[in-house]
Amino acid sequence: MKFMDWLDERLAVRQVIKVMLTEYYVPKNINFLWSFGVLIMLVFAILVVSGIFLLMYYKPDSHLAFDSVNKTIMMDVEYGWLFRHTHAVGASIMFLVLYIHMARGIYYGSFKAPREIVWITGYILFILMSATAFTGYLLPWGQMSYWAAQTITTLFEKIPFIGPDLVVWIRGNYIVEDATLTRFFALHVVFLPLLLIVFTAIHLYAVRIVGSNNEDGVELTKEEKKHGKGIPFWPVFMSKEFFVMSVFLIFFFYLVFYQYKFAMDPINFTPANYLQTPTHIYPEWYFLAFYEVLRGFFFSQNLGLIAFVLSMFIAAFLPWLDTSPIRSGKHRPIYKILFWIFIADFVFLTILGKLPPTGLYAWLGFAGSLVYFAFFLALPILSKIEKKKVAGGR
Amino acid sequence: MAEEKVSRRDFLLYAMGAWAAVGVGGVLYGMYKTWEPLPEVKAQATVTFDISTVQPGEVKVVNWRGKPVFVLKRTSDMVQCKDRSVEDVYTVVIGICTHLGCIPNWEADKKIWHCPCHGGEYDACGRNIFGPPPRPLDVPPFKLEGNNIVLGEEGPEYKKMKEKGLTV
Repeated sequence: MKFMDWLDERLAVRQVIKVMLTEYYVPKNINFLWSFGVLIMLVFAILVVSGIFLLMYYKPDSHLAFDSVNKTIMMDVEYGWLFRHTHAVGASIMFLVLYIHMARGIYYGSFKAPREIVWITGYILFILMSATAFTGYLLPWGQMSYWAAQTITTLFEKIPFIGPDLVVWIRGNYIVEDATLTRFFALHVVFLPLLLIVFTAIHLYAVRIVGSNNEDGVELTKEEKKHGKGIPFWPVFMSKEFFVMSVFLIFFFYLVFYQYKFAMDPINFTPANYLQTPTHIYPEWYFLAFYEVLRGFFFSQNLGLIAFVLSMFIAAFLPWLDTSPIRSGKHRPIYKILFWIFIADFVFLTILGKLPPTGLYAWLGFAGSLVYFAFFLALPILSKIEKKKVAGGR
Repeated sequence: MAEEKVSRRDFLLYAMGAWAAVGVGGVLYGMYKTWEPLPEVKAQATVTFDISTVQPGEVKVVNWRGKPVFVLKRTSDMVQCKDRSVEDVYTVVIGICTHLGCIPNWEADKKIWHCPCHGGEYDACGRNIFGPPPRPLDVPPFKLEGNNIVLGEEGPEYKKMKEKGLTV
């Protein structure tokens, strides 16, 4: 303990530990869905570590990238396959835990005052993570990598006036080429992870200030949580969290060792060829819902693009769309129904995103897209109804 | 001192702020410029091709900015379109399906381009005649120099076509 005293005099570590861990209280009336925040941190750590080891053999060059991944790392480096599969599965599972974490926030109203900053920083983290996944997906330089990057960068062409020039600027070439690969590499490996860490710090800091929400959405003071209605983050909450983490890791490594193929598209094992488009281009499962919104407005490319951008960002404005005085979905019967329709619709769009956009599927995609937006547009109306109800009840 | 609207301290602050803004602007401009295509890429912006080498009924594929450009010398038994042609007989179009960006194949027996992805079809003038493509194949910017066609530069013939809205 002498060392701790020495450190404490210089860094005030005891105070930091108190504020961040031992005297930071989590409400008791939460469920296991509140464990996903820490799970995201765990997956992020797994991605960073596996990413660093991939970096040791990966070559960011359009002539070398494909072989450095599919030959050197997969066949020559001992256990190289393990790190690649861990990284690929990790990226996929990151979005699973992210979506559950976000859905938890939406259902229990964790985005509402005073947690707007928590929600906004969290949403920025989601966008940054999407950008990281997208840039990382190009790096193996397979057919799906290449055409995903080609298609998504082409979307910028539709921006008025500057669009066509902007696309060339983003790619550093008229098509996706070596320049695109190396800049995506720099963004994926340095810039975006750095931003992710910065925003994670702000996100966690904000949670430390306003505290976790709970199932009933009833605000608890620090004193209430200290005396009976809460538990300290360390060691009590984390001891429960370690159990969840253990179960999660069993599931995660089951996927890495036995089911890794879901994160490895077979088309991507053909080297990138700019003169040959694969028959069907589709993103990884976690972007399918947004992709389906893009295609859902099949009768107008421009409308589809606007809807796509809107679908990616509209949830960021939840704190201002839903102004109902009742916070938790547990006590909002209509909201509960809307929420589950929204979740079902998201799953529905995800499934449709993989199917060819023809005939009935095209119309279903359009309907699904409308339902997606209807959820957000219904919230201000529902808020008004609930405000009246609450005022009448008093 | 009340007459002095900007104090010495404020002035220094503004001056420093302005100077810092210039610095930030300069850095951002430099960063912006690093992402521009390299000279070797820009050098490929135009491609010169001798169209007299194309035999009647033959399709040649020219690589322009990483895109395939189809050059077809139409024969009299194919559909004709003076306004969408180069020197009345050549079809010059970017070989990228306007539906979802696949590359259509020339089917010499039917005299059409057929897209393998979703079955879109284009006639010998590059006009969409069947399937999901929303518009004809694009005509790339071109300029005629004798027998040569320069892709990537807008010549008078191209501008005329563009004015009529026939290039996209």
